[in-house]
Amino acid sequence: MASVASTTTAAPRSSRNPFHWITENTLAGMERRKALLGYLFLSPTILGILVFTAGPVIFSLVLSLFRWNVFSPPEFIGLANFDRFFHDSRALMSFWTSFVFVVFAVSLQLVVGMLLALVIQSRMVTWMRYTYRTAFFLPMLMSGAATAIVLSYMLHKEFGAVNYYLGLLGVPPIPWLSQPGWAMASIVISYLWLSMGFTMILFIGGLTGISTEVLDAADVDGAQGLTRFWNITLPMVSPTLLFAAVTGVIGGLQVFDLPYIMTYGGPGDSTRTAVMVMYEAAFKNMEIGYGSTIAVVLFVIILGVTAGQFGVGKRLVFYQ
Amino acid sequence: MQSINAETLHPQRSLGQQFSDFVRYRLGRWIVLAITTIFAIIVVAPFAWTVSTSMRLPMESFSVPPQWIVLNPDWSNYTEVFNQVPFLQEILNSFYVTIAIVIGQLCTASLAGYAFARLEFPGRNLLFWLIMATMMIPLQATIIPVFVLISRMGLANTLMSLILPALPTAFGTFLMRQYFMGVPKDFEEAATIDGANQIQIFARVYLPLVAPGLAVLAVLTFNAHWNEFFRPLIFLNDPSLFTIPLGLATLKGYMMTGSISVVLAAVTMSLIPVLIVYIFGQRYLIEGLMMGGVKG
Repeated sequence: MASVASTTTAAPRSSRNPFHWITENTLAGMERRKALLGYLFLSPTILGILVFTAGPVIFSLVLSLFRWNVFSPPEFIGLANFDRFFHDSRALMSFWTSFVFVVFAVSLQLVVGMLLALVIQSRMVTWMRYTYRTAFFLPMLMSGAATAIVLSYMLHKEFGAVNYYLGLLGVPPIPWLSQPGWAMASIVISYLWLSMGFTMILFIGGLTGISTEVLDAADVDGAQGLTRFWNITLPMVSPTLLFAAVTGVIGGLQVFDLPYIMTYGGPGDSTRTAVMVMYEAAFKNMEIGYGSTIAVVLFVIILGVTAGQFGVGKRLVFYQ
Repeated sequence: MQSINAETLHPQRSLGQQFSDFVRYRLGRWIVLAITTIFAIIVVAPFAWTVSTSMRLPMESFSVPPQWIVLNPDWSNYTEVFNQVPFLQEILNSFYVTIAIVIGQLCTASLAGYAFARLEFPGRNLLFWLIMATMMIPLQATIIPVFVLISRMGLANTLMSLILPALPTAFGTFLMRQYFMGVPKDFEEAATIDGANQIQIFARVYLPLVAPGLAVLAVLTFNAHWNEFFRPLIFLNDPSLFTIPLGLATLKGYMMTGSISVVLAAVTMSLIPVLIVYIFGQRYLIEGLMMGGVKG
């Protein structure tokens, strides 16, 4: 705040040059130039975030109070959209579907990501570590759209590679994409395939961050195997675990391209996620107001879950 | 971590004891590696299947058992992609949008990151935390108003509608701030004594020193926007403006009854740019992903 004060008091000092306060070749002038440059450098980001992120969040709230189909002028209807939402069994069902998806997807993501990271960080030859890491990381490069396409072919009931190899093991053909429960499983598996590399990388980062003193102390005390994992490794990577859980839930609640391309929400509504219902309301049925209502509810849930996770994390997470 | 085991300490142990040591120290390890290897093969299999099926005759594409090695590669699927959809146009659209966003984000994020790391001004911390807070806002919470805004700006159904809203980046700002903070302040003092002005200090002294940070941001951004599906689906109607992921979904729709080899040829081609970026930038990609995690 000091530089603001000095700016205002220093300004009238030179009557000849109106820009003297900024061009002045003194330390104070340099500080003022730096402050001005700071605002200048920030302006594209701040302006952009105001226009394309912060503003739209507020605007979403406003839109959720209107009935608006783009073609006719918006009509204020108060909380009627929210009332409609809480009686819209299809929309409510989609939130439940998203919830089920997130529970399975995120827990698998955390377990598989952690196991892979533990294996990769254990003692092994460099080229092996490198090969494993690349293999598990590779799916992250594929787009959700391409993943959905490739895996839906591979999961085809009659001709898919997955059922063929399961058949060799004596498993009868699984109706992966054509039966509600299996369709959800297919989406979860595809999502896991796509995203576990990220979780693994997070945990590798967390594991390398454990100080060697702690590990040496564990060695001296003879902590091994599961004891060592529960009492040393897990507490030490708990900040990473919290971060992976938070980003996992946020990402999982936003899943769209996999169900959209693999099952189009079906069979029935069994894989219709919250984002899909929002997309259909706003961009298929052109109900901008009602779509915004669904978006607002989703946003509030994401914020609530994240806050809850940090709340639980505060008590359980161990920071070095 | 088991560099010393019972065997090295007691070489005279009996065969039975040596066997139990083997079970204890080696067998478990081998089983873990075997399972990991099988899992790695399963994880990579979709890639191998995609590439090999893309080179097979359309009529054989769904044959069972799956054939992994193609003896007579048939490249006609690749040319067929370009006949079915305006794939060349889609490639150009994807490159245009992705590269514009990468360059734009490098500019906005390095400016903002530098401001937060190295310049002092009133309200700096408050602004920083406000920007960081916007990282929590999911795309879906803003997409409808942004769509309305884009339409009002006359940008509906243009590639600019994808580029413009993606230019400001809270994550990139955070990332670049971390890198700028890692550069010692001595550089600035030395440059000031040499008579450099603030803009020169930023552009000539600091920017080259945070090149790794710029690479991290570029690689992450490229990967994210090359693969983007949700925004293009909503913002674009005209097939000649489609980006590759949208084109793939369309192609799959056409091909429900036709050849999947053609679709997989398109998928294979869509992977080439990200693979190249990965091969040259994997260090930065992994570094960037870890940075997001460690600081969280």
